Amino acid sequence: MSIILDHINYIYGADTPMAVHALKDICLKIPDGQFVGIIGHTGSGKSTLMQHLNGLERATSGHIYYNGEDIYDDDYDMKKLRSRVGLVFQYPEHQLFEIDVFTDVCFGPKNLGLSRKEAELRAYDALRKVGLPDELFYQSPFELSGGQKRRVAIAGVLAMKPDVLILDEPTAGLDPKGRDEILQQVKKLQQETGMTILLVSHSMEDVAEYVERIIVMNQGSVLYDDTPRNVFARYKELEEIGLAAPQVTYILHELKKNGLDVDAAATTIGEAAEGIMQALRK
Amino acid sequence: MPNIIKTRNLTYEYIRRDEEGNVEGITTAVDHVSLDIRPGEFIAILGHNGSGKSTLAKHINAILNPTEGTVWVDGKDTSDEEAIWDIRQTAGMVFQNPDNQIIGQVVEEDVGFGPENIGVPTKEIWERVEESLRAVRMYAYRKHSPNKLSGGQKQRVSIAGVLAMHPKCIILDEPTAMLDPNGRKEVIRAVRALNDVEQITVILITHYMEETIHANRVLVMNEGKIAMEGTPREIFSQVERLKELRLDVPQATLLAHELRGRGLELPAGILTAQELVDEIGKISRKGNRICP
Repeated sequence: MSIILDHINYIYGADTPMAVHALKDICLKIPDGQFVGIIGHTGSGKSTLMQHLNGLERATSGHIYYNGEDIYDDDYDMKKLRSRVGLVFQYPEHQLFEIDVFTDVCFGPKNLGLSRKEAELRAYDALRKVGLPDELFYQSPFELSGGQKRRVAIAGVLAMKPDVLILDEPTAGLDPKGRDEILQQVKKLQQETGMTILLVSHSMEDVAEYVERIIVMNQGSVLYDDTPRNVFARYKELEEIGLAAPQVTYILHELKKNGLDVDAAATTIGEAAEGIMQALRK
Repeated sequence: MPNIIKTRNLTYEYIRRDEEGNVEGITTAVDHVSLDIRPGEFIAILGHNGSGKSTLAKHINAILNPTEGTVWVDGKDTSDEEAIWDIRQTAGMVFQNPDNQIIGQVVEEDVGFGPENIGVPTKEIWERVEESLRAVRMYAYRKHSPNKLSGGQKQRVSIAGVLAMHPKCIILDEPTAMLDPNGRKEVIRAVRALNDVEQITVILITHYMEETIHANRVLVMNEGKIAMEGTPREIFSQVERLKELRLDVPQATLLAHELRGRGLELPAGILTAQELVDEIGKISRKGNRICP
């Protein structure tokens, strides 16, 4: 069970003078249960790529296989795919519209044709999973804080019980605690349910802390696809394409340059602290 | 020199209503804040979502008027209707989403929109457009369509649009929240240059702790009040207190804090990567002298 992208090309406005080659020959395999980070500067093709995974955009050429089936087959059930691969857009709270939080989260499962009772059970479960306190369930979504709204929007997608959850910059505009809370909930979800998580982010620190694999997009192509350690070891190349490594990585490289025998590939604060202590004991 | 911005007991309340319009309660978004900002200062405002920082900022260019208390911008009371246009010219504002702030079809037209609106003579408009775009290093893009720019470039055009009004003060409400690392760097560099070179007073609201380390003063808002105030070094040496307020510290500071927790004797208040590298360097050299 997995998602396979086989030579995906996507051209906006093909056959016009404005044609843009937005995705170039993308080949990827994403096995079940992975926590993957996708980074790249604005316009590198990250969001376009994500929109292909649940069929919102259709590739100009190439194939996408979801659990072994080609999603571009004529008899493929696209509607089912969209309930299996949940996509949380940027600023998803702009899409909240119901009179209260609970009704809003019920909207998706009801739309799948589930009974009212089943939809409500799923909504309840999804709201618990994102850690929203019970007393907020019957509030208007518009009265919640930014972080709470965002969690309600994520719950709306979780209530569809997807196998794959795609989050497009889920923490933009949230305070640091709100960022940590959301990402910790997502991590917990991945560990407890085995859900595949694809996290698009501009925060290198967040990506380093949470994901096991990073895909770096540049000008519509996959530039690197590796573990955080290996990707951020190429911080010089990343800077050239408008990205960076987490600040700790720079500190470690600088220490190494100054003669401290430290493992410079660490990408999280915890690893870095451990590494520095070890090096100082030597 | 008189303060460019002064608030006394600034309070802003709004009434929450239910579906039928009945009053449910009153929320105090800003609670008796008194603030003095001197011309040329670089002030950073931190605070969790809902702490009142944006509401405070919106009072400084008279988008909101206080329920109680007074705000003076360059000596003018913001509740004085007559002074509103002067105040908005003195204190310009840049918001989070660059796409909501750009209206022109061409970069230079967009930047010229503000001065044209207040009746600046044509020749002077072009001079202002040129100097503003140069200040944010976007002059090379003056003939481009804003749609084709990156987020960081668009945000710099927004800043140029405010600059063309010749403000004394510029307020930026999370200007980098939607940008990639490079875009963030470009915008912060442009903001620092306005402050250093043009001596424009800067008020920067952000959730990125790294962006505040060059500020003269950091204010931390919580529940509508100013909970902490000090230099970046004073503020970020209080890691635990900041965490209570749902905030964070720059990564270098956090790493120093972790290392101290593991017994390394580092001074408090480390802010930048360079400072941390230097301090660790001192310890490692000392260690070598003791046990060669």
